[in-house]
Amino acid sequence: MKPAPFAYARPGTLAEAVALLGAEPGAARILAGGQSLMPMLNFRLAQPALLVDINRIADGAVLRQDADGLTLGPLVRHADLLRHCAAGRGHPLLAAALPLIAHSGIRNRGTVCGSLALADPAAELPACAVALDAELDLVSPRGTRRIGAEAFFRGIYETALAEDEMIAAVRFPPADPNWRWTCLEVARRQGDFAIAGLAAGFCATGAPAARLVAFGVAERPLRLAAAEAALTARGSDAAVATLADLDLLGGGDYPAAYRRQVLGTLLTRAAAALGAPA
Amino acid sequence: MTAVRPPRLIGQPAPRPEAARLASGAGAYVDDVDLPRQLHAAFLRSPHPHAAILGHDATAARALPGVAAVLFWDDLAGVVTPLQTRHAGFPGLVSPPQPPLADRRVAYQGEPVALVLAASRALAEDALEAIAIDYAPLPAAADAATALDPGAPKAHPDLPDNLCWAGEISGGDVDGAFRDAALVVAQTFRFTRHTGVTLEPRGLIAAFDRASGQLDVRISHQQPHQLQVYLADLLGLPMTRVRVIAPDVGGGFGIKMHVYADEVAVCAAARLLGRPVKFIADRLESMAADVHAREHVVDARMALDAAGRITAFDVADRHGLGAYTVFPRSSTMETVSAVRTIGAPYAMAAFRARMQAVFQNKSLIGQYRSVGHPIACTVTEALVDQAARTRGEDPLAFRARNYTPGAALPFTNPAGVRLIDLSHAACHARLEALMDRDAVRRDMADARARGRLPGLGFAAFVELTASGSEAYGAGGVAVAAMDSVTLALEPDGTVKGEASVSEIGQGIAGTLARVVADALALPADQVRIATGDTRSAPHGGGAWSSRGAAIGAEAALGAAARLRAAILAGAAALLQAQPETLDLADGAIVDASGAPRLTLAALAQAALFRGHEFPGGRLPQLAVAHQHGRAQDRAVPTNGIQAALVEIDPGTGLVACRRHWVVEDCGRILNPLLVDAQIRGGVVQGIGAALYEACRYDGEGQLLTGTLADYLLPMAAEMPDIAVAHVETPYSGSVLGAKGAGEAGTCAAAAAVLNAVNDALAPFGTAIAELPVTPVLVLDALARRQAA
Repeated sequence: MKPAPFAYARPGTLAEAVALLGAEPGAARILAGGQSLMPMLNFRLAQPALLVDINRIADGAVLRQDADGLTLGPLVRHADLLRHCAAGRGHPLLAAALPLIAHSGIRNRGTVCGSLALADPAAELPACAVALDAELDLVSPRGTRRIGAEAFFRGIYETALAEDEMIAAVRFPPADPNWRWTCLEVARRQGDFAIAGLAAGFCATGAPAARLVAFGVAERPLRLAAAEAALTARGSDAAVATLADLDLLGGGDYPAAYRRQVLGTLLTRAAAALGAPA
Repeated sequence: MTAVRPPRLIGQPAPRPEAARLASGAGAYVDDVDLPRQLHAAFLRSPHPHAAILGHDATAARALPGVAAVLFWDDLAGVVTPLQTRHAGFPGLVSPPQPPLADRRVAYQGEPVALVLAASRALAEDALEAIAIDYAPLPAAADAATALDPGAPKAHPDLPDNLCWAGEISGGDVDGAFRDAALVVAQTFRFTRHTGVTLEPRGLIAAFDRASGQLDVRISHQQPHQLQVYLADLLGLPMTRVRVIAPDVGGGFGIKMHVYADEVAVCAAARLLGRPVKFIADRLESMAADVHAREHVVDARMALDAAGRITAFDVADRHGLGAYTVFPRSSTMETVSAVRTIGAPYAMAAFRARMQAVFQNKSLIGQYRSVGHPIACTVTEALVDQAARTRGEDPLAFRARNYTPGAALPFTNPAGVRLIDLSHAACHARLEALMDRDAVRRDMADARARGRLPGLGFAAFVELTASGSEAYGAGGVAVAAMDSVTLALEPDGTVKGEASVSEIGQGIAGTLARVVADALALPADQVRIATGDTRSAPHGGGAWSSRGAAIGAEAALGAAARLRAAILAGAAALLQAQPETLDLADGAIVDASGAPRLTLAALAQAALFRGHEFPGGRLPQLAVAHQHGRAQDRAVPTNGIQAALVEIDPGTGLVACRRHWVVEDCGRILNPLLVDAQIRGGVVQGIGAALYEACRYDGEGQLLTGTLADYLLPMAAEMPDIAVAHVETPYSGSVLGAKGAGEAGTCAAAAAVLNAVNDALAPFGTAIAELPVTPVLVLDALARRQAA
């Protein structure tokens, strides 16, 4: 379980990192926290010619909260964000989701942007990004572009990132005090990837509104639009009934019917926790 | 033998003397050692469960930088013979030869095909990718249940069918018991495969010196002496030219008690090349090529009379043991162990177990912690709960009525198990006191209030420990059931020793030192027992069948008695006194009044440096050896009872363990701290079996659980508090009276958890008879209720 040979570069700036990505598109992989990439390298599932280690780039760990919301650089670790959110700042959905991510050792190294770039369908943060309409800044030698999370995630480990692009920053909009949020998931063991998970928000002030994004049940974060409408109009039982129409991942130890059933459980529990009607 | 003094150290809790060194990272495991000119090994392993090898091409691999050799079976065949398990205790055993590298056919996924030797493991793995093998896939025998059906794919095409061995154990009038039964409960139980995931993977460095013909093997292993015998045999070397060293060993659990094809191939390669070869299994290899354990389908039924007394068990076990019956002990030991203690806690009158062990194109099944017993315990205890539930009776009351009473012991039950020195009623009573039923009832009410389904389950057990030479030696297998201890008095009055028992993290070396220190009236730190080197320790069993305290400690006590006698005789000669008037106290020889006459150091220095001072120049023999084996009792039975409190989340099917209790009787407890730790660790592995761990294959024999992301080990967050208490019924056949303790936790934990799950499901009229209990199974069970 040793990686195939690769070249290694440790740029000091984002611009240098991007230049390395652009030198031979597709040949390089970004190494940030390494919590997924290192096992993939050691299993030889990933065999990049060049590893671009961004851990020393200047200002990579920027974590800024202002009127625009929360902006995170590519080296912000899960643990950094968890500490920030635990102090009542950040965003309540992130505060609920981050403790569910793996274990503290992994959270100390793994990065928020790295999790988004990997796009594991069972991961919490991509679903949170979709639920919160986060925006990502993608940078390449060709320049920088901004993309919404909904458009960014395309499939299992598939994103809108081009071969010469990396995530320079992710921005979560400011929390609306009228909304309540929670993140629930089912996993065999504490810290495992979710068999099914749900990022959920509900606003009871004024016209009711809901935001429901499932993870672990489809190839990408799955916005449950029908369930959102049913939840606000008729309550959680009606919302659960909409899940019957979804085409969910099956296979392995957890058939689609199981995922559907536990997603319904999570929806019911989330609705109750958020004060949504039953 | 001199009478044992009242113990000062035995029975007292003491941490392992090695713990600080190991925990601080100062241990020296196999991979911490490098030898000059060493090569690193990597195996090309079969991706196919079953395939013919039509050809291979390693030209490109051999040309890569740093690659010293790429070896196939034809390269090794001149220096080593195939492994072939023989065990006369299993008449009719079918056992094809297993070459250390595949010979024109692979019979399981993960079987070693080629061996690359290179300057580093990374370079060796690079070379693996450059080897071309021309495989022609063959139909794979995967499903044990259909393995004997006509037309089923054969694991080995040259064999008539997939039957490895079939046998029957029976006693009493089984058919009569079922004919006359007032109640019969029956169930089919399914048990998946597990493996014992050691923190340190398997690994070795083999070095062959051409000048002297000496093979030195440093290996993470439980039985260095057993390995020495078999390496010498397979490689055609005299045993004096094979040295096996087991240094610090990071866990065994039975996984490291076998002679593995890949490890033999490494030794053969070292001999062939004349260079040291290091092989450290990575976790992918461990999951695929360490022995697996269990995999049974058991049809079982139990008969009761009108008074609710168990009268008979009748079971049929189909055991899937993989591609070969493991070398040298035979996987069929698991087959027999899975049925032999069915019903063992109870006073049944009749017993029948039919066994069929079948070959499959899967990894080999080997001995893993509590070999077979968890299957027997789960089958028994699930049927017991089923009977109690059918009768509308409290499960503890049902058990209390059915235990073999102490007054009936010794008793050879109809399964042929000789039961002695057991304490079912005392353990049962101790458990009821330990549990605090009121607190449990509060926990269960609290769980119900949170929408959970709480369940409480019990499992009584009998475990056969410290197996005697009947298990293997009688079958012609070169496995020692005895152990040796040597002791020598050092010039400073301390005592050094060598033991054939193996220290694998369980703390036995320190325990033996305390036994010796007690016998010689020395502080514990004045005695040091080394383990794990065949050059210095006489032959012995090592670590298997929970033998360290029951057999190793007896050997240590015997050696200490010999040394004590020699010390007193030597002192008597110097002091011109009678040995009977002398004694040992606080590192000195004392007279009848207790006054010190001579320190042990002074005696040793006189003997070793000034021998002329002894009358007639007769030196006291201050280096002694003792070998202990048991003449009576095939095994030392132990007993106990466990209880588990679980909660099912009906919305997700997840099962959470809330509390776990164990009362066990391992006879005389030498060090309660270590016994409790063994029990707790064993319970964790049992809970793993109950809820998490599974080596899963698809229908074609492809392993689906290749990593620790797929093979779910129980983690700290999932583990409940485990309360442990003891009843001490000394083993009547030894001086110390200790029995095996290392596997009791694993024996019954899964059964208790399964019974707890089924207690939670009972109000819905549904039950599960399969391990592990997955959330999908739980929701399916609840859905069956809703459908009914």
